[in-house]
Amino acid sequence: MNAMEVKKKPLKNYLGIWGWVWAGRYNVERYLYTLQRVTGLGIILYGILHLTINGFRISGEGLWEDTMSLFENPVFAVGEYLVIAAFIIHALNGLRLILQQLGYTLGAPKPPIYPYSHALQRRRPIVLAMGALGAILLLLVLIDFVV
Amino acid sequence: MAEKEKSLTMGKLTFRVQRYEPTRDEKTYLQEFVIPFTKGMTVLDGLNYIKEKLDNTLAFRVSCRMGICGSCGMLINNFPCLACHITVEELGKDVIEIKSLPNYGIIKDLVPDLTPLFEKHKSIRPYIVRSDSEEMEEPTAEYTQSPQALEEYLQFSFCVKCGLCLAACPTSATDVLFLGPQSLAQAYRYCADSRDEGMRERTAIVDSGHGVWLCHLAGACSEACPKGVDPALAIQLLKRTVLAQTLRLQKKKEASPIAPPPVEEKPKLPVPEFTAKPS
Repeated sequence: MNAMEVKKKPLKNYLGIWGWVWAGRYNVERYLYTLQRVTGLGIILYGILHLTINGFRISGEGLWEDTMSLFENPVFAVGEYLVIAAFIIHALNGLRLILQQLGYTLGAPKPPIYPYSHALQRRRPIVLAMGALGAILLLLVLIDFVV
Repeated sequence: MAEKEKSLTMGKLTFRVQRYEPTRDEKTYLQEFVIPFTKGMTVLDGLNYIKEKLDNTLAFRVSCRMGICGSCGMLINNFPCLACHITVEELGKDVIEIKSLPNYGIIKDLVPDLTPLFEKHKSIRPYIVRSDSEEMEEPTAEYTQSPQALEEYLQFSFCVKCGLCLAACPTSATDVLFLGPQSLAQAYRYCADSRDEGMRERTAIVDSGHGVWLCHLAGACSEACPKGVDPALAIQLLKRTVLAQTLRLQKKKEASPIAPPPVEEKPKLPVPEFTAKPS
């Protein structure tokens, strides 16, 4: 092996975007991280579509009516429900993140005594409470859509 | 679980090990080794068996073999672990996939390039910073600290710099320049130290585009940490400290003073003749 070979740069091994999606054997907060991004991107996409389609109103009532008639089918009704679901998940998890990212509700540091536990693990009831509240809201919205 | 344990004790283990020889390979590949199972064996024991008996070209880092040095960090069955810290029985599978830690370059086989970890660690000034530089250079005594003040940062000082937290962090997966859980947690460890006065300097480093605000609290770093350091908690506390400092909500704390010279104390009770003689 000559000197040039020794100096070869290490092989890149960054997970990239796959690192956001792939969550391996982690706990619920790691999956919520992914869900927060997915729902956020979904809401942005909906916002762009919403503004674009509303912009058709400027071109006259005919175009507006034609466009709106396209959305009167079950596929778009499901899509609309998914947007509301994304908003509920993003908002509730966002509230938890705002509190916890400013160090509130996480508690104080503790000496690491085996078996180790971490602050998020000790505060998992908050996540479960948020999840329960989210599930109730999603169910209420679903009933409103169906009935 | 009982069946899995039985199959482990009866049979053999298959180690699927990531290989990469920089002088020959363009990309990594997995190589299978079949090794005997022994009760209580760690993943590192298996790798040592391969190195000794099957293929001596296999490269991996190891030093203490007891979870203290943090050298043997690897991705074991898709989770960053210390190979010496995890037993085969804990994994509960007879096929074990071992790869180099993600989010670091690969030097060879299972040896990650930890240079970015150490560079980021150094960048946050991981030592006590004082305004009295003369005392720093030539100390005359130690700085005082109460047990309560020690508890503010003690948990975060157990970091062994194994790099597992960066391998677990989803933000580090896309942002090469992100300071990462290890250095941010260490930044808080020193900022929370009552003897330190380097908060302002560290804030300038961590309150940046690739700093503390890029952590979105996935908590993966704390889950992967083999020493119970909880970097995620330290980073959130660091955010609060940085915000309080920026909004000027934080009261200025006086750093711990230098310990006064020891005073010769007189015994409270007279020393009996038969235990000690006064000099």
